[in-house]
Amino acid sequence: MKTTPYDKLEEVQDALAKCMKCGNCMAVCPVYLTEKEEGAYARGKLSIAEAILKGDLDLKDEDVQEKLFNCLVCTSCMQNCPCGVDVCKIMLSLRAALARETGLHPIKKVIFGALKNQPFFDKAMKAGAALQWMGLRKLQGNAGYEPRFTMGLSIKRIFPGLAATPFRDQAPELIKAKNRKTKVSFFTGCAFNYIFPDVAQDVVEVLRENDVEIAIPKEQQCCGIAVFAHGDIESARVLARKNIDVMEKTGADYIVTACGSCGESWQHGFKELLSEDPLYGPKAEYWKSRTYDISTFLTKVIDYKKPTGRVEATVTYHDPCHLKKVMKVFTEPRSILNAIPGVTLKEMAKPDACCGSGGSYTITHLETSMAITGRKMDDIRKTGADGVITGCPGCMMQLSEGLANSGQDHVATHYISLLARSYREARKSKTEEIKHAA
Amino acid sequence: MLDTAIIKQLEDIVGSGNVLTKKADLVTYSYDATADMPSQLPDVVVMPATTAAVQKIVLLAKEKSLAIYPRGAGTNLSGGTIPLKKGIVLSFQKMDKILEVDPENLTATVQAGVVIQALSDAVAPYGLIYPPDPGTVTTATMGGSVAECAGGLRGLKYGVTKHYIMGMEVVLASGEIFRFGGKTVKNVTAYDFASLFVGSEGTLGIITEIIAKLIPPPKFRKAMLASFKRLEDAGNTVTGIIKAYVIPATLEIMDKMTIQTVENYAKVGLPTDAEAVLLIEVDGGAQQLVDSEAEAVLKVIKENNGEVKIAQSDAERDQLWAARRAALPALAQLSPTTVLEDATVPRNRITEMLVAVQKIAAKYQLKIGTFGHAGDGNLHPTILADARNKEEMERVHQAVDEIFAAALKLGGTLSGEHGIGMAKMKYLKSELGESGLNLMRRVKEALDPDYMLNPAKMVPVKG
Repeated sequence: MKTTPYDKLEEVQDALAKCMKCGNCMAVCPVYLTEKEEGAYARGKLSIAEAILKGDLDLKDEDVQEKLFNCLVCTSCMQNCPCGVDVCKIMLSLRAALARETGLHPIKKVIFGALKNQPFFDKAMKAGAALQWMGLRKLQGNAGYEPRFTMGLSIKRIFPGLAATPFRDQAPELIKAKNRKTKVSFFTGCAFNYIFPDVAQDVVEVLRENDVEIAIPKEQQCCGIAVFAHGDIESARVLARKNIDVMEKTGADYIVTACGSCGESWQHGFKELLSEDPLYGPKAEYWKSRTYDISTFLTKVIDYKKPTGRVEATVTYHDPCHLKKVMKVFTEPRSILNAIPGVTLKEMAKPDACCGSGGSYTITHLETSMAITGRKMDDIRKTGADGVITGCPGCMMQLSEGLANSGQDHVATHYISLLARSYREARKSKTEEIKHAA
Repeated sequence: MLDTAIIKQLEDIVGSGNVLTKKADLVTYSYDATADMPSQLPDVVVMPATTAAVQKIVLLAKEKSLAIYPRGAGTNLSGGTIPLKKGIVLSFQKMDKILEVDPENLTATVQAGVVIQALSDAVAPYGLIYPPDPGTVTTATMGGSVAECAGGLRGLKYGVTKHYIMGMEVVLASGEIFRFGGKTVKNVTAYDFASLFVGSEGTLGIITEIIAKLIPPPKFRKAMLASFKRLEDAGNTVTGIIKAYVIPATLEIMDKMTIQTVENYAKVGLPTDAEAVLLIEVDGGAQQLVDSEAEAVLKVIKENNGEVKIAQSDAERDQLWAARRAALPALAQLSPTTVLEDATVPRNRITEMLVAVQKIAAKYQLKIGTFGHAGDGNLHPTILADARNKEEMERVHQAVDEIFAAALKLGGTLSGEHGIGMAKMKYLKSELGESGLNLMRRVKEALDPDYMLNPAKMVPVKG
């Protein structure tokens, strides 16, 4: 098998040579805009990469590691790069080289090991759901949980709770459609499975309303984006191959996702990881072009049923980084929102500025992460909207926490939930009409 | 490594979070946006937030004989911020407050680290603009762009940075704080210090605060694209438009190599069979005025065998501008190293300069795309190379030498808007002569006798 930059750091040389140090990435890097230091954004990090390859800096140097992980992998820099530098590839190759040289941090090792072992991971998450009251205190209403102990963190953290019954335990493996238009396999991802099963139910409800047959294979795995991002390439490959096998077995025409990071994995990450794999490389390539975010699937693949039920809401839409910047999905969610009677969409300034989540970044770099979220909250408040809509569970968590911290009394909602609500309203008024007639 | 006592003193001045000494950090301040330059690690990076802190740092550096490199966003194209002689990089990225917008006097007062775009955003609600618009508006700082006298696309009609600076606060090499100018339109008190410090590239004083002039934007505009089968026709059109006493807001040119690269990259509908295109925009306070200027421009284009496409909507205008803005990115995609020059000639010599660049490209077998501000005579011959290829870089250096020689021969100048820094220092004598170099040295030594400020830029270090 030929090597990739993820297996051999020297292979990033060509990608690195493309950077002309113009600094355009500075204007859009959420970390730079918070920290105002050259090492915070892509140009600085690429120069550190150059120094590592030249032998001027040591990859194992703690200060170097600190720089490599002070990045949300939001890819904002890549959108603004005149030279088309694949910053993501370079950053993840460096992290992979680091993991090879120094081994993974022991805690990461345990977590990533668990992720690869789906039945074990599943049990652990369920145990977590049952035991979460021990560490977390439930907040009023829907706001989530706050830690009972501060754990030395400087800002009060608010976590969404783990669901008592994960989504895939609630849902059947196959939901048939009467007038079947097509068959999709719903790749739920961990966040919908364990934290937001109600949103996953909304995805199912919307697909059913559109006569789509849905496979929800129970043995699907974590997409592996966090594992990949931390440089554990072999674990990420194991997850990618397993997921491809599982999805292939369903015989679906398409894979549908509702999470920017899961969709990103299918459209980009798996292909990156398996590019030199003679068996799975072509499979990753095949599914890349057959994976859609649910909004794209509805608006561009099938001619979805236009929502007629009224949902009174003035909302603003936040573009998840991986959804907009990797999957290039940003008009579709808006067109769905605009199609719902009663919904008014008020755009915020910079709707595609990162929310500050970055997966585990918000845990490892709390202060910078929350400062980024703080700017987002200001932009949200200025719209006067009373609801924040987005398209990724990671952003939902981060935005909800930011909203609670900034005293705005609503949580972030997935656009699919609004569409499901509209369909529901339409069904309700239809039932009432029939009742009335009878 | 600097004496820990000095680091401690710097930390006392700005706080320990604003002093960087780790190698991983120093690496990221060892370069700027200039291609093909040596890099050098500073001893320390200090990020002040106030003028008082800057003053203390200068006094400390003076006492300890350390060099200081004032640095904005490090986006300059002259090697102007590379800390060649080690010492202190003074980063203004955290000193970024907009102190005041005064719509009655049409001024804004800002700290040196304010990004140009942030100033534009802040004055937009007042219906005002700050016209200088270098390609780096979204990243470059006011301090940096004033120190470099940055230009941009609107230079022809609206001027460049130096036309918009009304006053400043500067920390001198002596450690004194000096304020001059203000909000008055007229001011002839003492020497014209704005002219001294604008474009001084951090070698004469450290700019900490700036009073900038604002203007109301033009209300009407018309953009068009003219394509030509012969380079001479494009050049003559530029001269013809000015001769017709029309001053367009922008008058940009792209040569064949650039056109083809942009079209291949961005698919914006440029005529790939043309030898050159001109992108022209006229603007003004009244529709009638703009229409009559556009008429005059169209006539000149026709007389010079050009084909013209007028933007009928804002969307079409944006598309034309997207094509121009794509010039550098598109060229930069072709090769790892992009050497961007800015030799400038009187605008009636623009055709000769374009031809000269093409000949130089052929002679040294290099790919050179030329685009730029034709109306200003300010061209950007962009050499595409790979810094890892030593033999090719040797040819690049020879070509650059000849480009400068050609510009000077045509009565032009080494640099229209990028500055001298360390990149063009060796060519200074050919433009200024011995007496010029002597004057440069005397000015430098009058203000900074110890060569503490941005040493080895603009004026060679003594001895």
